[in-house]
Amino acid sequence: MKTVIDAHNISKTYNKENIPVYAVNNVHLHINQGEFTALVGPSGSGKTTLLNLIGGLDKPDEGKIEINGIDISAMSPNKLIDFRLLNIGFVFQSFNLIPVLTAKENVEFIMQLQGIPKAAREERINNLFKQIDLVDKMDSRPAQLSGGQQQRVAVARALASKPQFVLADEPTANLDTASASNLLDIMALLNKEENITFIFSTHDARVIERARRVITLVDGRIVSDTAKVAVHEE
Amino acid sequence: MWILQLAWKNLWRNKSRTAITMASIFFAVVLSVLTSSLKTGIFDNLIKNVVSFYSGYVQVHKAGYWEEQLLDNSFAASPQLEKTILAQTEITGVTPRLESFALASAEMNTKGCLVVGIDPAKEDRLTHLAAKLIAGEYLKPDDNAVLASEGLLKRMKLQLHDTLVLIGQGYQGATAAGKYFIKGVARFGSPDLNDRLLYLPLLAAQNMFEAPAMLTSYVLSVRNPGLVNATSLSVQQRLGNEYEVMSWEKMMPDIKQHIQGDSNNMQVVQLFLYLLISFGIFGTSLMMMAERRFELGMLVAIGMKKTKLAFLLLAESVLAVLIGCILGIMASIPIVYYLNRHPLRLGGEVAKAYERFGFEAIFPTSTDSMHFITQGLFVLLIGLILSLYPVLKLIRLNPVLSMKK
Ligand SMILES: Nc1ncnc2c1ncn2[C@@H]1O[C@H](COP(=O)(O)OP(=O)(O)OP(=O)(O)O)[C@@H](O)[C@H]1O
Ligand SMILES: [Mg+2]
Repeated sequence: MKTVIDAHNISKTYNKENIPVYAVNNVHLHINQGEFTALVGPSGSGKTTLLNLIGGLDKPDEGKIEINGIDISAMSPNKLIDFRLLNIGFVFQSFNLIPVLTAKENVEFIMQLQGIPKAAREERINNLFKQIDLVDKMDSRPAQLSGGQQQRVAVARALASKPQFVLADEPTANLDTASASNLLDIMALLNKEENITFIFSTHDARVIERARRVITLVDGRIVSDTAKVAVHEE
Repeated sequence: MWILQLAWKNLWRNKSRTAITMASIFFAVVLSVLTSSLKTGIFDNLIKNVVSFYSGYVQVHKAGYWEEQLLDNSFAASPQLEKTILAQTEITGVTPRLESFALASAEMNTKGCLVVGIDPAKEDRLTHLAAKLIAGEYLKPDDNAVLASEGLLKRMKLQLHDTLVLIGQGYQGATAAGKYFIKGVARFGSPDLNDRLLYLPLLAAQNMFEAPAMLTSYVLSVRNPGLVNATSLSVQQRLGNEYEVMSWEKMMPDIKQHIQGDSNNMQVVQLFLYLLISFGIFGTSLMMMAERRFELGMLVAIGMKKTKLAFLLLAESVLAVLIGCILGIMASIPIVYYLNRHPLRLGGEVAKAYERFGFEAIFPTSTDSMHFITQGLFVLLIGLILSLYPVLKLIRLNPVLSMKK
């Protein structure tokens, strides 16, 4: 099984001068390709911080993070931007999309950043919109889409760049139950059919239920790590 | 290219913000073009008035004449000299004069006056003397008659077609005297000149002063009034030290000073304008960056290089500034041309003050394309410098912090 993320002893401490906050405290994390993993824990337990570290948005104070065997902890911020563009898909809690672009243009945007030619972009856009079941909304602006539809477009954008894995920080937090479950259906299907690795943080018990591996954080430490079903196999 | 398209779309996402930016640029361009062209227009007009009034733009004298304005400091008229002067491309005409003071008397009245011997046709072309006539006829070259100012005649209790006697000192100690028929009466705006001026045909004046073929000055007409200093310098070089070549600025330094002072005032107005737009543009950039903090962080997070993002933001503000500038120039062209054809006209006290000096109180704009270009470019430059603010903010942008709620 291919390893995509390997984090050794990583720590991130805020407010070191006064009362230190150990947002991520000596965490070891190993993620294989094809995982569908939930990061759970109470508010302030360090989920976002951990996702930012493994997504190369933030640097650990200690420890080392390898993505596909490449050490990203030593990369310059500028190099990291390119690394993220080519290797990591991001879905945020909300406001993922550029408001002046249509759904289709938002998905196309990331491929334009990557310099993918027009024809290849078009083909990929058509496939992705079929997968997120929004072919009829391709030309809508984000403001014309529901919250759930916007998150599905965000997933399509995250996948458009063909990343090694997708990080989603509370992707369903702003969604109603039906939309949340619909988004999870799509993510699970992509995971199953295309072996796409998803790591998402959540508070929602119904979302946690869908994950195949659940990592629980408390005060920046992993307190439990359970695989509910055998990790998806080829 | 697609970034430019995105910039264009972003430009219109907050229409009122873009409108504020464009409007500040627009009004800045219109107002600064207007002040600049009005400034130049007013001064050109003032200079034209002063100069065509009497002095002309440039005069040639015998060296030392301006310090000591005596007939003994006159020089011999020569076609060769005129030719040399006219050979300068900047010079369009040469008008000869012989000027001196004399006493004018009739019956019991004797008054001091300034006698000017002129070439009637050339003088009219330069100072439009014939148009100042209020009675009688204009002079002919071989007349033995005078054209007197209205005030002088009044002081001497004389009328058109009366005669007067002129007495004075002639060239090299000779006595000058003559009796002349009053052929015309002219009115001059300046009370000073209106009380003292007396025109004679050049030949008659030379005869009276016993200064045959002598002149006190050549008054030069120039192609470009803006270049009088350079022009007088080049004529001076041509003629050598025997002559002095003076621009109106040298002959009337007080007027030059007055213009300089007004010009500085106008510059303060312009500075204030530039400051105003700077605040307008800066305020909207500040708003824009605050509003888009999350989005910019998100774009960097998903992998948009800061250089690309900087290009996007720069393109957005440059587009706004450019559109504002172009619209501003387009709007100011007809305004400036209109105000050139239909100049602002002041009434009341100001108009009276101007009329005392023989000018109409009108303020035309200058349609020199330089105003549109320099003011347009200057506002553009301000806009471009202020466009760097978002870019500077971007350099320090941290995606994690800017996406934090
Ligand atoms: N930039 C920061 N400066 C100081 N403290 C921070 C910063 N970012 C996070 N923290 C602290 O680090 C801890 C972990 O925060 P984090 O956002 O990772 O938690 P979380 O599990 O994502 O919480 P939530 O469920 O509320 O999103 C918290 O105590 C938080 O206050
Ligand atoms: Mg969080």
